[in-house]
Amino acid sequence: MNNNIWKIAALALVLTACKSTPMNPAKVEDSSVTKPISNSQNNGNDGSAGTNKIDIKTVDVDSGKDQLSAAELAKRQIFFDYDSDAIRAEYKELVANHAKYLAAHPQTKVVLQGNTDERGTHEYNLALGQRRAVAVKNALNVLGVSDSQIETVSYGEERSKQNCGDDDCFQHDRRVDVVYGQ
Amino acid sequence: MTLTGLFVIILYITGNLKVNNIVTMTTVKSRLIDNRWASMHAFFASILVWMFANPAQAALEIEISGGSAIQIPIAILPMTEPANAPGKSRIHEIISNDLKGSGMFRVLNTSGVPSLPTTAADIKYTDWTALKAQGLSIGEVQQAPNGNLKINVQVMDVLRQTPLLQSTYTVPASQYRHVAHLIADQIYEKFTGQPGAFATRIAYVTKAGKRFTLQIADYDGFNAQTLVSSNEPIISPAWSPDGSKMAYVSFEKKKPIVFVQSLYTGERKVVANFKGNNSAPAWAPDGSKLAVVLTYGANSQIYTISADGSNLQQVTKSSSIDTEPAFSPDGQSIYFSSDRGGRPQIYKVPASGGSASRVTFEGGYNVSPRFSPDGKYLTYIRNDGGSFKVAVQELGSGSVKLLSTGSQDESPSFAPNSRTIMYATRVGGKGTLATVAVDGQVRQRLSEAGGDIREPAWGPAQAAPK
Repeated sequence: MNNNIWKIAALALVLTACKSTPMNPAKVEDSSVTKPISNSQNNGNDGSAGTNKIDIKTVDVDSGKDQLSAAELAKRQIFFDYDSDAIRAEYKELVANHAKYLAAHPQTKVVLQGNTDERGTHEYNLALGQRRAVAVKNALNVLGVSDSQIETVSYGEERSKQNCGDDDCFQHDRRVDVVYGQ
Repeated sequence: MTLTGLFVIILYITGNLKVNNIVTMTTVKSRLIDNRWASMHAFFASILVWMFANPAQAALEIEISGGSAIQIPIAILPMTEPANAPGKSRIHEIISNDLKGSGMFRVLNTSGVPSLPTTAADIKYTDWTALKAQGLSIGEVQQAPNGNLKINVQVMDVLRQTPLLQSTYTVPASQYRHVAHLIADQIYEKFTGQPGAFATRIAYVTKAGKRFTLQIADYDGFNAQTLVSSNEPIISPAWSPDGSKMAYVSFEKKKPIVFVQSLYTGERKVVANFKGNNSAPAWAPDGSKLAVVLTYGANSQIYTISADGSNLQQVTKSSSIDTEPAFSPDGQSIYFSSDRGGRPQIYKVPASGGSASRVTFEGGYNVSPRFSPDGKYLTYIRNDGGSFKVAVQELGSGSVKLLSTGSQDESPSFAPNSRTIMYATRVGGKGTLATVAVDGQVRQRLSEAGGDIREPAWGPAQAAPK
């Protein structure tokens, strides 16, 4: 069984090489950009570690950016019209915020999870949800996010509310969730 | 053909295995054990029969609508049974329900007959010709050694006053319902000339709260057993052609991945786990490979992959959605749904790839194609003015019929005898299963007490006596 998993993994790698835009290994390896500078790392830099912490003011050049991003990244759902994968104008800013963060943090990975309402068949809805996830991915790509950072998957109708009576209910199910990796 | 023989069958069920605290698997093994008896009755030597010992969770709610124009009148008489015979339904009731539900039989009300015979010698044929019965079944259930039951059935040709069938089964008490279905299959075949599909199994997914389970049950929903359960969705169960394995899609890793699980050993393999979605498994008729849908590029496209996860080959190459593949029974073509023409329609493509051609032309939305095993029919779901219904298309003539009456009907699949289609429907806001005859004449519903039930797949015919 393990053997098969490796075979599948190998196959996936081959496919990756064939299909996606050329990867930039240097970018992937570059951890210095993404690692937030923590207090403990800074202790050595200012030369007064340990004894008198209260008086020390640590400056973290990345932290402000991260906080700003965190606030803007709080919104992680993009809703769609019925049977549509077009990103509505009201979500352009939300997508741009995530793109900005991801472009600045090339090691951060994101999964875009597409969802649909319950009307239609399970597998067809899985494909529709995928199309929505891809629409968001394409928007992120345009704004400079690398393919290697994004995985698109679909839950189709599997997480939909059941027995919706009207579109007020259905519309909550037609969305892409932006889910950040570790 | 007269069936005589002796089954000695024992069921082993191993306990639940915990896997990652998310997915539990139940391993089910069944085997024919008593070789001495088996070899004495070589007729049955190669049989491997499925059995289930768990209490029923779903049950067929016999709610028959319509009926075939020509129904065979038959009398299924109560058998002589021991007081501790298993279950709530008596064997003649199970046989009667099978035959009635097929739409091909009219099971006669015998309350007007003064004394019902229990042996062939007691039969007063004039009572039964008066009722216009063509067939009459009698029999007995007896205790046998080692907790087994010995079930003897005789079916008489009323007009000729001769026996049509005589069978004896010696089985564990847990096989009581299974024997009833086997008897119903024999009667069905004797009178219609076509094999029955009562002693068959179905797979389906239930959702109770946040818990998804993939279950296997008798065709009437009795003796349900859990194959896999998970807190993440499970969809698209697909039987291997030999009935020994189940392919399905599990979201347990937060994305759709195609697994194949052996029913007998519980061995579970990842068949497709590529970047993006992996879904819609469909077996080739020879069981060597599956069609799957991957979103490796962007849109859902159809690929084939060996059952061991090797030899991936792309079948469709389009910029549209291509999904829900189904192999034609000859294995040469893959039928699938695609929105390449705007709205989703069914297309076919050579299984080795190539150019696709459209199959459905009526209706603005047709999805979920599935073949009848005899290759004569294609069933699919049509969106008919906002309500999703089961349609059947005769492949020879191209004529199409809408068969179901629900508004959210999904997941049609054929019985192994190509006579009946099972599908998912919603009743009172809850998913249930239903069957409809391919001629649209008879419908039945399967209800479950607990959760939501969806995505049925009718299993292949069980190994036939050789």
